[in-house]
Amino acid sequence: MALLTPGDQQKLREAFAEMARPVRLLFFTRTLDCETCVTTRQILDELPPLSDKISIDEINVVLDGEKSQQYRIDRAPAIAIVGQDDAGLERDSRIRFLGAPAGYEFISLVQAVLLVGGRQSGLTDESRARLAAVDKPIVMQVFTTPT
Amino acid sequence: MAFANPNITAYAVEATEFPDLARRYQITGVPKTIVNEEIEILGALPQDAFVEQALIQFTNNNSQLTK
Repeated sequence: MALLTPGDQQKLREAFAEMARPVRLLFFTRTLDCETCVTTRQILDELPPLSDKISIDEINVVLDGEKSQQYRIDRAPAIAIVGQDDAGLERDSRIRFLGAPAGYEFISLVQAVLLVGGRQSGLTDESRARLAAVDKPIVMQVFTTPT
Repeated sequence: MAFANPNITAYAVEATEFPDLARRYQITGVPKTIVNEEIEILGALPQDAFVEQALIQFTNNNSQLTK
């Protein structure tokens, strides 16, 4: 059963049509002790039918520890968004979602997909310049709740 | 921000699904942003203020280095 209404699907289809580059969603899951893994997969499955530029790959955090470590994800459900650079090579966006992207988080996920797919970020020139100067690792965790 | 610089990684964390993380970072209201385990940013700030806060540790470290 579709989670999105036909109207929402159409809006998303139009938004995704603007994407210049393909986006791969890495879905980190586990079989046991993960109440929201199934929900997350259902939410993610809504996206590829709306754009041929969006694909999903499933990674089991228990069975594929190497990949989980590579993307620095040790929990499930989680999503890592991977894009492509100008040369067509895969480029990790380093944008991650921990927990089911339900409610407002779904909108954040869509925004992140559009950004990685080539949309302008909305950062001002000043922000961009300040961020460009960062030469040490920064890890940001934004906590939200489903609303 | 993560997209703007390869040194930056951003996680959106659903607090109710990961109560251990919510406890560790004392999440009593959302949105709350934790930068490098230390800096806390409460609420949604205008972009320039948010970038300022998020990079404050970095800016301080740099100024210490140049002293």
